[in-house]
Amino acid sequence: METLIAQILNGLSLGSIYALIALGYTMVYGIIQLINFAHGEILMIGAYVGYFSVAVLGLNIYMALLLSMFVSSLVGVLIERIAYKPLRKSGRLSVLITAIGMSLLLQNGGLIVFGTDFVPFPQVIERIPYRLFGGRFVVTSHQILIFAVSILMMLLLQYIVGYTKIGMAMRAVSYDKEAASLMGINVDNVISFTFVIGSSLGAVAGVLLGLYYQTIHPLMGFMPGLKAFVAAVLGGIGVIPGAMLGGFLLGIIEALVSGYWSTTYKDPVVFVVLIVILIVKPTGLLGKNTSEKV
Amino acid sequence: MFKAKKVSKMFGGLAAIKDLHLHIEPGELVGLIGPNGAGKTTAFNLMTGVYSPTEGELCFVGENVAGLKPYIITNKGIARTFQNIRLFKSMSVIDNVKVGFHGHIQYSLFSAFFHGKTYRTVETEMENRAMHLLQIFNLQDKRDELASNLPYGEQRRLEIVRALAAKPKLLLLDEPAAGMNPQETKQLMALIHKIRQDFQLTILLIEHDMSLVMGICERLYVLDYGRIIAEGTPEEIKNNPKVIEAYLGEEALHA
Repeated sequence: METLIAQILNGLSLGSIYALIALGYTMVYGIIQLINFAHGEILMIGAYVGYFSVAVLGLNIYMALLLSMFVSSLVGVLIERIAYKPLRKSGRLSVLITAIGMSLLLQNGGLIVFGTDFVPFPQVIERIPYRLFGGRFVVTSHQILIFAVSILMMLLLQYIVGYTKIGMAMRAVSYDKEAASLMGINVDNVISFTFVIGSSLGAVAGVLLGLYYQTIHPLMGFMPGLKAFVAAVLGGIGVIPGAMLGGFLLGIIEALVSGYWSTTYKDPVVFVVLIVILIVKPTGLLGKNTSEKV
Repeated sequence: MFKAKKVSKMFGGLAAIKDLHLHIEPGELVGLIGPNGAGKTTAFNLMTGVYSPTEGELCFVGENVAGLKPYIITNKGIARTFQNIRLFKSMSVIDNVKVGFHGHIQYSLFSAFFHGKTYRTVETEMENRAMHLLQIFNLQDKRDELASNLPYGEQRRLEIVRALAAKPKLLLLDEPAAGMNPQETKQLMALIHKIRQDFQLTILLIEHDMSLVMGICERLYVLDYGRIIAEGTPEEIKNNPKVIEAYLGEEALHA
C-alpha cells in the first residue's frame, strides 16, 4: 500500500509535466490538425532559457519561468510562420514532414549551440522532503512545486479557452476556419496565439523537467515529447481535458511500472497501453467521434 | 453602397463569374437568382473575400475591397450566412452569437485575467446584445444548447443572428429558406423585413424559390453561366424571355 501511494505521488508530478506538454500538442492539433513534432524541442529551448536565467542572470525560478515562456513562444511562433504557414494549403503530410524536419534541425542546432554535455540544472528551491502520515510517504518540495505550477497553468488555459474573446475565437477557428474568418476573426493571429500558448506550456514543462531530472541536454525534448504525444492521443487528440487525463495517466503508469517491476519496462508498457486503448477506442479516452463535416 | 465592376473569377480555364456588374443602394433588398451552378455562391465568396477576383473592382462604401482578407471585409461591414449551414456546432447557441461580435470587442487578455472593469462591462454588454438578437429570432430559450442540437429551421435562424452580431451594413443571405417548409419560409421572410428596418440593413439574398424572391425583393439580378443576364423588378424579370430560357430551356419559350 505504501509503495502504491508513493508511486502514485511520483506519477502525479511526472504526469503533470507530461500533461503540460501534451496540451501543446493537442491545442496545435485542434486548430490546424498538425502534430507539431518540434514541440519537444520547444521544451528543450525552454529548459535552456530557464537554465541561463537562473545560472547566468541570477533570476529566481518564477522570473525564469516567465522568461522561458516568452522566448519559447517567440520560437514557436517563428516556426509556425516560417515553416508551417506557407504550407497551410498543401497536404497534411507535407506539414507533418516539415515538423519532423524542424524537430531534427532544432535538436542538432541545440547540440551545436549548447554542446553535447549534460548540464546540471540549478536547484532553484531547496529540496525539502515532507513526511506525511507519520513518515510513511515522502513528498519533496520539488514535487509540490512541479504539481502546483502545472495545475496553475492548466487552470489558466481552461480560463483562456473558455472565457476570453481569443479563446472563443480559437474554438471557432478549430471548428471552421473559413466561417470564423467570415465572422471577422483574423485566423492567422489566432493560430499564432495557439502556438504562443502551446509553446509557453512547453517551456514551463521544460524548466520543470530540468528540476525533476536535475540535468538538461539538447536531446532532452525527444522522449518526453514522444510520451506526451502518446498522452495526447491516449486522451483523445484535440481535446483539452483529454491531454490532461492522458498525461496524468501516463505518469502514473510509468511510476507504477518502475516501482513494482522495472524501469526498463516503463516505456514499452506505455506504448502497449496506447495500442490497447486505440484498439478499444480509436478516438482516445475522451475523444469525440469525428463525423464527417459536410 | 456596393458596386461590382467588371468582376471575373477564373478557376483554371473556367470562368465561374464573367464581367459581373451589380450595384446595391443603401436600404435595398436585392435578390440574386439563377439556375444551379450559375455562380451565385461564387459571387458571395468574391464579395466576402473568400476568393479574390481575377479581374475587376468590388467597391463597398466607396472603397475597393477586392482581394482583402475575409475578416477585414467582415469588420468593414459585410456579413453573410451560408447555403449549407456552417455554425460552430460544438459551441453553445449564445457562444455562436458571441463569436460574431469578435471584431467589435476590445479588452486585453490582462483585463480578462484579472476580471478588470472593461472585461466585465464588455462581457455583460455582449451577453445582453446576444440575448436581444436571440429574442428577435425567438431563440432565447435555446441559449445554452449546442448549436448542433437545434432543429434545422432554428439553425438557419441562428446563422442569421450570428451574422447580425458582426454589425453588418450589408447582409448577404445565401438561400436562407433552403429546406424550410412554406410556413417557416413565410415567417422567415417577415423576419427579414423586420431586421432590415430595425437594423437599417441593406440585404442581398440568394434564393432558389422564385415565388419567394418575387414576393420580397425590390430588385433582382439573374445570373446564368457566371453572367448577369437580366436585371429589374420582379415583374420585369418574370416576363423576361432570357430568364425563362435560362430556367426552362429554349423550347419553353416557343411552346
